Amino acid sequence: MDTLRFITCGSVDDGKSTLIGRLLYESKLIFEDQLEALKADSKKFGTQGEHLDFALLVDGLQAEREQGITIDVAYRFFATPRRRFIVADTPGHEQYTRNMATGASTAEAAVLLIDARKGVLTQTKRHSRIVSMLGICHVALAVNKMDLVGWSQLVFDEIELAYRRFAEDLSFDTITAMPLSALEGHNIVEPGHADMPWYQGPALIQWLETIPTVDRDRARPFTMPVQWVNRPNLDFRGFSGRIASGSTRPGDSVRISPSGVATRIKEIVVLSGPNTEASAGHSVTLVLEDEVDASRGDVIADATHPVESADQFEADLFWMSEHALLPGRRYAALIQTKSASVVITHIKHHIDINTGAHLAAKTLALNEIATVNVSFDRLVPFAPYLENKRLGAFIVIDKLTNETVGAGIIHFALRRSVNVHWQALEVTKAARAEMKHQRARCLWFTGFSGSGKSTIANLLEKRLHMEDKHTYILDGDNVRHGLNRDLGFTEADRVENIRRVAEVARLLVDAGLIVVVAFISPYRAERQFARNLFEPGEFIEVFVDTPLEECERRDVKGLYAKARRGELKNFTGIDSAYEPPESAEIHLRTTGLAPETCVDEIVQVLRFEESIRSRT
Amino acid sequence: MDNAIFSELESESIEIIREVAATAAKPVMLYSIGKDSSVMLRLAQKAFYPGPIPFPLMHIDTGWKFREMISFRDRTAKQIGFQLVTYTNPRGAAEDIGPITHGSAYHTDVMKTEALKQALDLHGFDVAFGGARRDEEKSRAKERIFSFRAPGHRWEPKAQRPELWNLYNTRINAGETIRVFPLSNWTEADIWQYIRQENIPIVPLYFAAKRPVVKRFGQWILVDDNRLPLESGETPEIRMVRFRTLGCYPLTAAIESTAMTLDEIVAETLGATTSERQGRIIDHDGAGSMERKKQEGYF
Repeated sequence: MDTLRFITCGSVDDGKSTLIGRLLYESKLIFEDQLEALKADSKKFGTQGEHLDFALLVDGLQAEREQGITIDVAYRFFATPRRRFIVADTPGHEQYTRNMATGASTAEAAVLLIDARKGVLTQTKRHSRIVSMLGICHVALAVNKMDLVGWSQLVFDEIELAYRRFAEDLSFDTITAMPLSALEGHNIVEPGHADMPWYQGPALIQWLETIPTVDRDRARPFTMPVQWVNRPNLDFRGFSGRIASGSTRPGDSVRISPSGVATRIKEIVVLSGPNTEASAGHSVTLVLEDEVDASRGDVIADATHPVESADQFEADLFWMSEHALLPGRRYAALIQTKSASVVITHIKHHIDINTGAHLAAKTLALNEIATVNVSFDRLVPFAPYLENKRLGAFIVIDKLTNETVGAGIIHFALRRSVNVHWQALEVTKAARAEMKHQRARCLWFTGFSGSGKSTIANLLEKRLHMEDKHTYILDGDNVRHGLNRDLGFTEADRVENIRRVAEVARLLVDAGLIVVVAFISPYRAERQFARNLFEPGEFIEVFVDTPLEECERRDVKGLYAKARRGELKNFTGIDSAYEPPESAEIHLRTTGLAPETCVDEIVQVLRFEESIRSRT
Repeated sequence: MDNAIFSELESESIEIIREVAATAAKPVMLYSIGKDSSVMLRLAQKAFYPGPIPFPLMHIDTGWKFREMISFRDRTAKQIGFQLVTYTNPRGAAEDIGPITHGSAYHTDVMKTEALKQALDLHGFDVAFGGARRDEEKSRAKERIFSFRAPGHRWEPKAQRPELWNLYNTRINAGETIRVFPLSNWTEADIWQYIRQENIPIVPLYFAAKRPVVKRFGQWILVDDNRLPLESGETPEIRMVRFRTLGCYPLTAAIESTAMTLDEIVAETLGATTSERQGRIIDHDGAGSMERKKQEGYF
């Protein structure tokens, strides 16, 4: 018995959830305790008067039940003697179209509902285009609520005609129109009804049971993206992944993309023992004949049909974020198991949802579809989506928020790798920082010698490093060994010392780094000079406030003793002034505080600012 | 049910488990000792064979698990050789919080939800596998396979990330975590048939046997040991019972059954007229109670 994954889609209030509730009910999949709960819920939230409100079986979120709408896709399971079904009930509201796309991406068939009173709506068309773009071949045009139009054949025929005309430029193999009433249960399980003697076609369940699920993937040449290199010890090295297409046996010749290296399959390893064959959909571990190099994101394929690699493609892109797509901006992407960085270099045209017309566009807004050129930062093994879904689909991710913002399908490679004309991209400070997934900063530590600046700065850097931040420390002592070796400790030299360090910090911030400067920097004027080199918000002054007595008591380097003995001139706090900050962004009163606690405080401030920024 | 379905379900789950191992900084598999955990454990073994499971398994011990569950847990860890982490909320243990003295809602909140969050924070786990299935409950049917948690482990059901194809976006910011459900597309019947096909060891409480029980709120509560104080006039009676689902005792009720073999359990499951979570007292706290618990960080 095979499994069919399908979706129900269509506009708001066309009755999708009610239909699924009805399917579950009719296939005896509602348990007694669930039916009891449904009766109680129907009284409380129901929108069907005395009837059971089947939508409440599926709308599982509190907000959905209260508002009587579907917000997110729900997955339900049922079976008939002929087939197993996984159905994704998707929301109709335009606002939640991305959740509809989530359900559609793994489906093989779509039940597109239409309210007989309303006919083909914009949202019906939007869903149809997404269903078509994602490669679903079979559509049931379910004209629902026939009871409310007096079971009129005329109404039904008009809707079918209008839809077929609209769908002419979409890529469905079959469209089957059927009249039904999910509320009354007409034409769901039993074909036809006395109320509609004019309808001779299948009931919905029959259609679902009989549409072909051609296993196209299995008939194609063997491909498997490497998901995980299994290397538990020196004696074993296997390449784990889920076979995207075709099948393979030990002894088969394979070629790895993008490296092009050829070898043979030595063994197919699974827990129950070596396998003689594995095919599309199977998760396996392959051992290869030769010690070849392959890693996550590479594709192992039939040697006679190696997988192509390219870095620039034409693709269709569905945008799922409130923040518009910006061509030229760097996004993260995931294609099969390969992570990459991408730029949409050009929007060829935006597709009008209603008419299918190709319109010029500079950006792409929420729920819009466009044909674009996309440029990856590395070679990507791929296949056109229509040939191999697993090798042709990719998602686009915002690098700062990590939200999934786009879904793309590859049409073909733009063969421009040889004669590359890179898009002239503005590489700015923001772009560099964004690539590092951070905001560039200068954290300027000031305080007496021995106050703990270097200790805290070093701990802070370790912490940031662990969070994958790109950092650099400019430490007073270290810089004086090199760049500033010609400077002493006179007031003039101290000013020059700070000037140079501030300029270096500015360059590093421009490179996108988080720079920690740990300098006594005793004078307000110089700290102000440093601050003025940066953009508002970039410069964070950290006052490491340890009382002079405490620093002198610690005297880690023995400098205070030397200064007291008169062996060191111009020592801050002894015979040279320290001007404490008047309004440092962070004021660490270190007495009684562990350095780790100081670091926590700084990290908190950084996070807080980050969260404010991401909200604006 | 034929092997093709298992191959499909199994392969999808293995792909999910491997994806986490390949991308997470510090993953952990939540191990509740139940049938779903047992299946998930077998899938993890398969995903990394011949290597070991490259992450620890963690059991949140509420202190109110059936005794047979704890001994089964320790035996299984030894046999398979995975790294086992256990955690009990120290506050709950100190204050002796239990379902009988403090009520099921409070007990679950402190000893499960709170404890889980503490344990994840303590170890710095960024991704945690759970054995939840979409067919269990309405709000679970709405959840993604890779389900994001904001700092503080909150689930925001209205702001779930789109999840297209098998392309799982595992990128997170500091403080965020992911709960991953490899068994999302399995049904209760699938679980039992797979256990039968693979001969997966499970806690004996799933099989019918004569056990001492008392009837409360119309459900059979097992008298596991003297932690369950009997009410006046209550005497345990011996009945043939088994569990469809195993949670905290006495928050999980037994059902009357004579199914003593996996074949009999499968037959019983396929013919069941009530849902498996009927035996879970926690779900009856009110419509939407599971969603609320999940928002607060419950698995």
